[in-house]
Amino acid sequence: MSGGALAAAASTTSTGEALQFWVLGTVAVIGALCTILMRKAVHSALCLAGTMIVLAIFYLANGAYFLGVVQIVVYTGAIMMLFLFVVMLVGVTAADSLKETLKGQRWLAALCGLGFGILLCAGIGNASLKTWNGLGQANSGGNVEGLASLIFTKYVFAFEITGALLITAAVGAMVLTHRERTERARTQREQSEARVRTGRNVPPLPAPGVYARHNAVDIPGLLPDGTPSDLTVNATLRGRGQIRDVSSEALAELAALEQRSQRWLGRKGNGTGKPSGGPGKPGTSENGENGEDGENAGSAPNPRGVAK
Amino acid sequence: MNPVNYLYLAALLFTIGAAGVVIRRNAIVLFMCVELMLNACNLAFVTFSRLHGNLDGQIIAFFTMVVAAAEVVVGLAIIVTVFRSRHSASVDDASLMKL
Repeated sequence: MSGGALAAAASTTSTGEALQFWVLGTVAVIGALCTILMRKAVHSALCLAGTMIVLAIFYLANGAYFLGVVQIVVYTGAIMMLFLFVVMLVGVTAADSLKETLKGQRWLAALCGLGFGILLCAGIGNASLKTWNGLGQANSGGNVEGLASLIFTKYVFAFEITGALLITAAVGAMVLTHRERTERARTQREQSEARVRTGRNVPPLPAPGVYARHNAVDIPGLLPDGTPSDLTVNATLRGRGQIRDVSSEALAELAALEQRSQRWLGRKGNGTGKPSGGPGKPGTSENGENGEDGENAGSAPNPRGVAK
Repeated sequence: MNPVNYLYLAALLFTIGAAGVVIRRNAIVLFMCVELMLNACNLAFVTFSRLHGNLDGQIIAFFTMVVAAAEVVVGLAIIVTVFRSRHSASVDDASLMKL
């Protein structure tokens, strides 16, 4: 495209650009609202990435071709991925609590935001921005070339200070996240010797779901009295509080299953003339249940049986 | 369409980001709202660059991006460090300078 045509295109806005603005502007505002309204940080990050991509398109539409590409590469490519990385590190399921610590804080904040927005929009509306000259002249030699000639002449000191800032940030991040190991890590042999010496947990830790009806890693195994054992679950899951305790519902399901099997066995017992298969409930005839269904009672013990 | 509409959009996005900083308590989401405000400023700078017909606004937006990248690196390192010692990313919990 020649310089004159570019200048003519840049000093007017087409209908297509207006349509693009209204459609994508709506998307950007919805993304921004979802960023602050989503409870989980992952959803907020994804909504913000969408808003940033829309902003990149707006940069391209405004003649900032270099910034549009940089916005996608740096912001949505690097910064948002860094955000997602930290979200995964900190705990992806950690959702904000909806409880207000300060009473009425949200409504006051929304009111202040509304007032601030009205203030900003009134300022823009009062400015006389009827005439404007586009970037056709400035971009005539190419957008990147124009930016480069400005960066390396007028803004060269700011550019060099930027280099110092980036180095400081990199060193600062390393210093902040570095953890000095003060003692040597214990070897496996030393750990096993220490276990034998103290006499606690000498054999390997029990696996999750050994005595339970599930074998998922976040469901603790049940002790013989029916209580869940924290030892069977990974320490990371324990620390995050992500243990799914299904002992009560598993026991309820087990009781219902036993009741059904009792009823079924009772009917079969009536049919074949088996003397011990009465149609009683498991809570009322513990001895008969244990006698005729020993495997079931052994693999998943009934807490009521222990309690009696 | 007058490009001033881009300025109104930038003001709206900045307002949403500012309200988010006040409303939310998760430190990571707070940082995202700060990023949203910086992006809104960048959009305003780019639009001003178009209105004035020179590239200075784009240079300023470029420097804003650099500063935002440095800020995010240091800020997220601080969040990771705080999370390591307190096991929480909520800004309400971090009320003391040290444990």
